Amino acid sequence: MTQSKNLRLFVLISVALAIISTVRLWTDQDALTSSDTIGTALRLTVPILLAGMAGLWAERCGVLNIGIEGMMIFGTWFGAWGAWQFGPWAGLLFAILGGMFGGLVHAVATVRFNIDQVISGVVINLFAYFGVRYLSELVYVGKKGGGISQSPPQKSALPKFNLPVLSGGEIAGWKSPDLLGWLESQRWFILGDLGGIARGLTHSISWATVIAIIVVPVSAWVLWRTRFGLRLRSSGESPVAAESLGIKVNRLRYYGLLISGGLAGLAGGTLSIVASSYYRQGQTAGRGFIGLATMIFGNWRPSGILTGAMLFGYAEGIKLVASDSITALFLLIASMSGAFLIYAIIRRKHSQVLVTLCAFLLSTVAYRTIDTVPESLTQSLPYVVTLIVLATATQRLRPPAMAGVPFRPGEPH
Amino acid sequence: MNQQLSSTRDFDSMRKSLNTLGSSVAAIILALVICGVLLLITGKNPLMAYGKILETGLTSEKFLEMLKRATPLIFSAIAVSIGFKMNLFNIGVEGQYLFAALIAAEMGTHVSLPAPLHVLSILIVAMVSGAAWASIAAILKITRGINEVISTIMLNYIALSFIQWIFETFFRDNSDGGLNVKTTEIAPSGRMPDLVNDRLNGMFIVALFVAFLYWVIVFRSRFGFQLRASGLNPIAARTAGIPANRMILFALLLSGAVAGLVAMPSVIGDVYAYGPSSTPTQFGFAGITVALLGRNHPFGIIVAAMLFGFLDSTSAVLQLSEIPSSIVKVIQAIIVLVVVIVNEASSRRFNRKIAEQAALTPKSLDVKP
Repeated sequence: MTQSKNLRLFVLISVALAIISTVRLWTDQDALTSSDTIGTALRLTVPILLAGMAGLWAERCGVLNIGIEGMMIFGTWFGAWGAWQFGPWAGLLFAILGGMFGGLVHAVATVRFNIDQVISGVVINLFAYFGVRYLSELVYVGKKGGGISQSPPQKSALPKFNLPVLSGGEIAGWKSPDLLGWLESQRWFILGDLGGIARGLTHSISWATVIAIIVVPVSAWVLWRTRFGLRLRSSGESPVAAESLGIKVNRLRYYGLLISGGLAGLAGGTLSIVASSYYRQGQTAGRGFIGLATMIFGNWRPSGILTGAMLFGYAEGIKLVASDSITALFLLIASMSGAFLIYAIIRRKHSQVLVTLCAFLLSTVAYRTIDTVPESLTQSLPYVVTLIVLATATQRLRPPAMAGVPFRPGEPH
Repeated sequence: MNQQLSSTRDFDSMRKSLNTLGSSVAAIILALVICGVLLLITGKNPLMAYGKILETGLTSEKFLEMLKRATPLIFSAIAVSIGFKMNLFNIGVEGQYLFAALIAAEMGTHVSLPAPLHVLSILIVAMVSGAAWASIAAILKITRGINEVISTIMLNYIALSFIQWIFETFFRDNSDGGLNVKTTEIAPSGRMPDLVNDRLNGMFIVALFVAFLYWVIVFRSRFGFQLRASGLNPIAARTAGIPANRMILFALLLSGAVAGLVAMPSVIGDVYAYGPSSTPTQFGFAGITVALLGRNHPFGIIVAAMLFGFLDSTSAVLQLSEIPSSIVKVIQAIIVLVVVIVNEASSRRFNRKIAEQAALTPKSLDVKP
C-alpha cells in the first residue's frame, strides 16, 4: 500500500518536473526554476505558512481566529523592537511573545467570556493596528531612522545557512564548492531544474526559515499523535463529548490559542527581522488573511497548508524575480492540466475531465492572448483561488466540526 | 389580565433597555480605566490626556467636526447592522464601499442632469454598485454554502486589487501629466451642498435619514420582522414559511447598498472624485465596532458614531500636547472589546434573573378566576 503510494508520488513528481523543464526550455524562461526564484519563493512562503499553521492550531481546538493578522502585527512590532534592542534571536522570541499576547486576549474574550469569535478577531486586528502605532509614537519617534510608522533599522541579521559542498557559501573561512549552482548553470533537461530547486532550498537560508519548516511536522505529530494533540482536536470536533470524558476543553482552547498566537507572532517576526531589517506599518499586508485562506485551501491539515503556502509563495516569488515569466506560468498551468486531463480520461473520472478541460482551455487561451499580467490583479490570486476552491470542493473540505461554536463547560446540552 | 401582562412586558423591556444602557456606560467607564492604566504604564498621565480630550473636544468648532467624522461611520455601521440582524457577518463593507466609490465617482462625471437629480443618480449608482459587490458573497453563500465571513474577507482584498486595476487602466485622470491620481472631478451639479460652509456636508442629513429608514424597515416592517426572525432562530423562521435564501440575498444586498454610501461624504461632498489616496479607507472595520457599540439599533449607532467622531476629532490636538494621537484609536478598540464582553455577561445575568423570576411566579396567573 505505502509502496504503491510512494511509487505514485514519485511518478507524479517526475512527470511534473519533466513538464516544468520542458516549459522552461520551450519558453526560455530560466527563472521558472532558478535558485533565485526558489529562494525568494521560500522566503515568501514562510510567513504565509506560519500564519496558516496559526489558523490550524486555533481552529483545531475549536476557535475561529480572524485575529491572525492582528497577532502578526504584534509580532512584527515586538520582533523588530526586540531585535533592535537585543539582537535578532531575542527579536524572534519577542515576536512570539507579542503574538501570544494577542492570542491570550482572543482566548480571554472568546473562551472565558464567550463573546462571538469573529467579533473578537476583528477587534483584535484593529487593536493591534492602532496599539502598535501608539507604541511607535512612544518608542520610535525621534530615534534615528525611526518614526510613527517604522522602527530604526536593526544592527545585525540572523545567521544564514548553506549546505556545505553542495550549495556554496563560506564555512569558517573555507569557501565551499557550489555543486548545485554548477548543475543549475548547465541548464540540462530536468537535472538543471533539480539543481536550481535544490540550491534555492539550501543556499543562504535563514535559520528562522528552518524553524518555520520544522513547525509543520512538529504540529502534525503533536496534533495527530500525542495525547495532548488528540484532546485538543477533540475539543474542536466535539467539545461536549470531550468534556464528558473529563477533558478540560476550555483549558485546551487556551493552550491552542496561545500556540496559535505564538505562531502568528513568529510569522510577523520573520517579516520584520528576516525579510527586512525594520518594522514598517502595514508590513503584514494581509498575509494573516492569506494564511487563513491557505488553511482552508489546505483542508485544515499541515501538509495541505504547506502545499498551499508554497504555491502562493512561488506565485509571489516569481512575480518579484522575473515578472515577465508570468506568461510562462500560463503555459505551465496549461501543460499540467493537460496531463491531468489525460489521466482523468484514462481513469474515466468525468467530473475531473470537465474541470481539468476548463482549466486547460482557459490557461491555453490566456497564454496565447495575454502578454503582461497587471501587478494589481496578480495580488488577489490567493484570495481568488481560495474562493474557487471553496466553491468547487466543498464536498472534500472537512473543517473541525465545532470550530466557531462557543462552548460553555458544565452546562446541560 | 391582558393589560397586566402587557404592562409587565413593557416593564421588562424597559428594564432590559435600561440594563443595556447601564451596562454600556459601565463598560465605557471600565474601558477608560483600562486605557488609563495603559497610559500610566507607558509613562503618560491619563487624567491629563482625558482632560485634554474633553477640553479640545467640547468646543463648538469641534462639534461640527464630530458630526462630519460620524457621518461615514453611521453608514458603515448600519450596513454592518443589517447583516447582524440576520446573523450575517458582513466584513466586506470595506471592499463594497471602495468599489462603489470608484464606480459612482466615474459615473458621476458622465451624466449631465440638474443638480438634485445628478446627486441622486450618483447616490443610486453607489448603492447599486455596493449591493452588486455584496451580491457575490450572497450568491456564494446561497448556492455553494460558503460562510460569508470568509468570502467577504477574500472579496475585500479582491476588491482592492480589482479597483486598483480598473482605476489604473480606465478611470485615472491623466490630464495634468499623471500628477493627479484621481478620477475626473464631478461637475458642480453633482456635488452635495454643505450644511455649514466647508465644515459639515449634506451627507450628514442623508445619514440620519438612512438611520431612520433602517429603523422603519428593520424594526417596523414585515420584511424586517422576517429578517430578524431568521436571524434569531433560522429553523423556526423557515418553519414559519420565511424563505431563508431570499432573506440572505436581501439582507446582503441591502447591507451592500448602504455600504455603498460610506465614501460618499468624501466623493460628492469633499474631494468630488475617487482617488486611492484621497478616498478614506478602513471605515468598513470601524463600522463593525460602531455597530457593536450601538448594539445594532439606529439610535445607538448614531450615538456611538458621534462618540467615535468626538474621539477622532481630538487626535490632532493631542498630538500637539505630547500625547500620542493614536491613543484615541486604542481607546476605541478597548471600549468595543469591553462593551461586547460586558454586554454578553450582563445579558446572560439578566436572562437568568428573568428565568428565575418566571420559575418563582405561581403558574396560577394563567388560570382565569
